[in-house]
Amino acid sequence: MSLSLFLVQLVNGVEYGLLLFLVASGLTLVFGVLGVLNFAHGSFYMLGAYLAWWLSARTGSLLLGVLIGVPAMVLIGLVVERLAIARLYSRDHLSQVLLTYGLVLLFNELQSVLWGNDVHGVNTPAALSWTMRLGETQTWPAWRAFTSFACICIAIAMRQVVLKTRFGMRVRAGASNAEMVEALGIDVRRLFSTLFAAGTALAGLAGMLAAPLTTVYPGMGENVLILSFVVVVIGGIGSIKGAFFGALLVGLADTFGKVLLPGFASAMVYAVMAAILLWRPRGLLGAAAEGR
Amino acid sequence: MTLSRRALLGAAACSSLLPRRLFAAGPAKLRIGLLLPYSGTYAALGHNITDAMKLAATEHGGKLGGREVEWVAVDDESDPAKAPANVNKLIAGEKVDILTGPVHSGVAMAMMQIVRQEEVLTIVTNAGAQAVTGALCAPHVFRTSFSNWQTSYPCADVLLKAGQKKAVLMFWNYSFGQESMAAFKEGYAKGGGTIVKEIAVPFPSTEFQANLSEIASLKPDAVFVFFAGAGAAKFVKDYAAAGLKEKVPLYGSGFLTEGVLGAQGAAAEGIKTTLHYADGLDNAANKKFRAAFKKTTGRDADVYAVAGYDTVNVLAQALQKVKGDTGARKELIAALESTRIDSPRGPFRFSKAHNPIQDIYLRQVKGGQEAVLGVAMKDAEDPAAGCKMEK
Repeated sequence: MSLSLFLVQLVNGVEYGLLLFLVASGLTLVFGVLGVLNFAHGSFYMLGAYLAWWLSARTGSLLLGVLIGVPAMVLIGLVVERLAIARLYSRDHLSQVLLTYGLVLLFNELQSVLWGNDVHGVNTPAALSWTMRLGETQTWPAWRAFTSFACICIAIAMRQVVLKTRFGMRVRAGASNAEMVEALGIDVRRLFSTLFAAGTALAGLAGMLAAPLTTVYPGMGENVLILSFVVVVIGGIGSIKGAFFGALLVGLADTFGKVLLPGFASAMVYAVMAAILLWRPRGLLGAAAEGR
Repeated sequence: MTLSRRALLGAAACSSLLPRRLFAAGPAKLRIGLLLPYSGTYAALGHNITDAMKLAATEHGGKLGGREVEWVAVDDESDPAKAPANVNKLIAGEKVDILTGPVHSGVAMAMMQIVRQEEVLTIVTNAGAQAVTGALCAPHVFRTSFSNWQTSYPCADVLLKAGQKKAVLMFWNYSFGQESMAAFKEGYAKGGGTIVKEIAVPFPSTEFQANLSEIASLKPDAVFVFFAGAGAAKFVKDYAAAGLKEKVPLYGSGFLTEGVLGAQGAAAEGIKTTLHYADGLDNAANKKFRAAFKKTTGRDADVYAVAGYDTVNVLAQALQKVKGDTGARKELIAALESTRIDSPRGPFRFSKAHNPIQDIYLRQVKGGQEAVLGVAMKDAEDPAAGCKMEK
């Protein structure tokens, strides 16, 4: 592999990883703090993508679609949390899997009824429809660069919120001992529902940003969900920083796996996960590794 | 009209040969099983086939061979692992008279293994797996769609005629993609073309970026691919966005653009594909079918819908000849073998292996429409490798 091709593939891997991070960050938040295994996370990604397509077709602008879509996702998150997830906090993982898997079926059916089963393309905003050169013959669409940039910004913003704000402090406290936080007079219910809505919105936003790249189609959430779980496990459950590095690792492993070991490409990501777990059973930045 | 005594006796003798259950309480309903995807990547295809079949049945007054049609649909989820259970559900559980479907070739292969042991008349409405009318062919199995070979072999000639002698192949790595590529390679090698690289992508992965960079660095004369549905939509967009479309012409079997042209938008402009159908085919049957499909479903018909539509029309013709008696196996099969259908794709007949002998068109996307450039291969007949029909 020539150096220029290697660099191009590096860009491809990082770009893929950053988008995975955006989906996985919400999943790791909900899993780490609320203790809920949320299979419906992929459905939120799908919903986001469909909203981006539907709203941008109605309003004529993807930006407007995102501006309306994100609050809609927050609302969906709040409703789902109140009606379903809130009943799961004291239950075991099996009940959680059952209920959230039920939600997956529900959302898939809803998508089929509301929007049909066709594949839809979403246009990139005119301001970001240009391309730049990447290597000798290839070009890189500005939208891809923009999504990567947006993912980095969101990652930094999340870090600032979790480490520097009162809300972030409560989140961290809730993650380590929810009962104690409650005993100190903090409304854990509200904290949890806010957090779940945030996770939902993050997944939805990822779907909206990805929609112009991936096109919008039924079942698009499922592939992403599996990879997100891989990212969360590699990174260490509940760790946003871990999810960031886990996502980059998965993106790079997938990209270079396809080029260097094409016969093994589909297993590459899982091989990396197995290797990481052998080395660090709780993931890169899992609870034990942080000394918590 | 006068009846001779001989004719009357003949009719009586004939009727005594018919199975008794036909006369038990009027003709029983004709149960047609649909093994199709109604969820997942190929959901839209399953719905189009189903709706076109129902449209054709309605055009026949809801009856085939005098028997009212009853549909029994099962969502096969395009999952070969679940296929045996789903096929058994339809044959043993629902006791369908005729089994139709599926879309996914992997599901078709699993279905064939079971159907070959059974009596039930089976009509494959999409899956192009070679074995269906090849190594696994059976007297009671017909296909109204295409074989993978038919959709890809003729395309090799198109590249060679354009002077493109070095090609990269890229495909979803399951039987459909593999067979499509094998057929293309057969034709390409015959004409002196060289394959620079074959890129197999696991199904249903749609992350193509790494491989596109690879193609960009290889700089072949052309790229021939197999993707369908959402994967095809994404691939074509990615290919154009990567700036490759202008530099390295993209070809494929028609599934690359079928049903997803809207989603692909400008990215699909100019792409040439080969297939046994094109939306814009200029014949009366096609115009009538497309108008009727649009009217009943609100959607535009596509190649999948055509196969569903033809399936019921073929059945209508054959069942008419046997007066709706699905128990008269030999006569029904003979009737099907002699069917001539004026399909929206143009006229076709069945080969000895029960696959359509049909024209393959060269199409190009122009202004968001599939324009027909001409016939890439006249009366294309699948080689039906390994088919030994036991009667």
